[in-house]
Amino acid sequence: MAEQRTMTINMGPQHPSTHGVLRLVLELDGEIVIRCTPHIGYLHTGMEKIAESKRYQQVIPVTDRMDYLAPLSNNLAYVLAVEKLLGIEVPPRAQVIRVMLTELTRIGSHLVWLGTHAIDIGAMSMFLYTFREREAILDMYEQVSGARMMSSYFRIGGLFADLPEGFERTVQSFITSFPNRLAEYEDLLTNNPIWIERTRGVGVIKPNEAVDLGLSGPSLRACGVAWDIRKSNPYSGYEQFHFEMSRGSHGDVYDRYLCRLFEMRQSVAIVRQALENLPDGPVVVADPKLIPPPKPRVKQSMEALIHHFLLWSQGFTVPTGEVYQSVESPRGEYGVYLVSDGSNQPYRVHFRAPSFVNLQSLPRMVEGRLVADLVAIIGSIDIVLGEVDR
Amino acid sequence: MGDVKGTEENLTVSKLRERFPDAAFSTRSFCNETTLLVGSGDLIRFCRYLREDPGLLYDFLSDLTAVDRFGDHPRFEVVYHLYSLQYKSRIRLKIRVDEGEAVPSVTAVWGTANWHEREVFDMFGICFDTHPDLRRILMPEGWEGFPLRKDYPVQASPRWWEEGTAGG
Repeated sequence: MAEQRTMTINMGPQHPSTHGVLRLVLELDGEIVIRCTPHIGYLHTGMEKIAESKRYQQVIPVTDRMDYLAPLSNNLAYVLAVEKLLGIEVPPRAQVIRVMLTELTRIGSHLVWLGTHAIDIGAMSMFLYTFREREAILDMYEQVSGARMMSSYFRIGGLFADLPEGFERTVQSFITSFPNRLAEYEDLLTNNPIWIERTRGVGVIKPNEAVDLGLSGPSLRACGVAWDIRKSNPYSGYEQFHFEMSRGSHGDVYDRYLCRLFEMRQSVAIVRQALENLPDGPVVVADPKLIPPPKPRVKQSMEALIHHFLLWSQGFTVPTGEVYQSVESPRGEYGVYLVSDGSNQPYRVHFRAPSFVNLQSLPRMVEGRLVADLVAIIGSIDIVLGEVDR
Repeated sequence: MGDVKGTEENLTVSKLRERFPDAAFSTRSFCNETTLLVGSGDLIRFCRYLREDPGLLYDFLSDLTAVDRFGDHPRFEVVYHLYSLQYKSRIRLKIRVDEGEAVPSVTAVWGTANWHEREVFDMFGICFDTHPDLRRILMPEGWEGFPLRKDYPVQASPRWWEEGTAGG
């Protein structure tokens, strides 16, 4: 009889399913994973450190670069935290536009997840379809902000600019066609026997374990724990929108897949409500200490020019104190802990990144399963390494 | 809605005072958020109580991080953000430690603290007693210094340039 031995191998950072910057040290008994140790930090760019040397407005582009698949969710959490410290509330139109765009962001992020998750498991065509739809969302980013990915569209006190001419029509046509596209994805995967075989009962995590490990977002809801920050601690006027919370019951890869598909449909519903009830009015607060004068004024008035210059060179000060603000990002609880010492730069910013916390559950989910399941499980956690490493 | 949240958080404080009459801790409220400043000796029993009391049930450790108050003594603040899934309430717990002092690890109370504490150790050099696997998490193993300390430069230090090891 052959002697039984385990083998230790590296999976990643080059393996495609580890998204290039995650290294997993696996101890294998044949094809079975005995132990899995994630190594992160390959993408660490010190964003929290950088934020301490920037003025409050300058941190917004830094937040974009953390979760680069959902930049607007990050923007939102950060600007809400600063606005909480300042004690201001943005005008209703800005709030509704923020909600609309973060929900489109959720759809865009889930589309990337679906495409890459499917390609990891071996369903190639899905990737092409989801990226076709994501393109439409990136076009919308470009229309509102000029940038396709790192849009930094939300600003402290409101928005960078009002929606461009005809933007509502673009969104309307997207949410009219998108549900049919979703139905096509479902046709391809949901009842596909190979897909079910690869995902059902794989990477199971129990509800109490998930809470103990701090899982949030679709990964937590797939276990049957009903927690969505948009419902439990609403921000930006989410309490005015009607939508349902996704729920699973098995906590496996398949349920996480169903939860995210469900969330995309709910996001479409929220975007539709936002379009129908888009109020008129300003998109920034009327506070000259925070908002620079409009550009035409700057070109005519010396006072306006000086004021503009001061705001962009010195920024504004924020009262001393500390706040924690979290939003429901596509991956879960995205929190910003902000400490102010009363100056024009944050004293300390900490980003509670859902991917970082969710990734910690990986060993719990994979130990005892096959290497092939590991690929499905990583995809189902929906990690973004830019956010894990920050 | 703000009022409801206020009473909820005051409930936490009054329950703690009732349960631990001997413990010294102070509270602070700012922007509708309550902060509890506790002694590091009381941390574990406070956390266990906050997690397990049926009227509080702070079962979700949202976040754990630290702040470097460079120049103050004690120097560091370790900050815990707790959340109750059932009561939808949040509370912030804080302990203050000086350089070289160790903090009790809360990994036995919330499993999620594992990586958070490793990150705090990596970035600030704060050690956690009884942590099962205290290693650097973001920086390479042989890295010198703790990047999120206030006396650590934001940009590469001149010494590295002189040595010519800055690399690409």
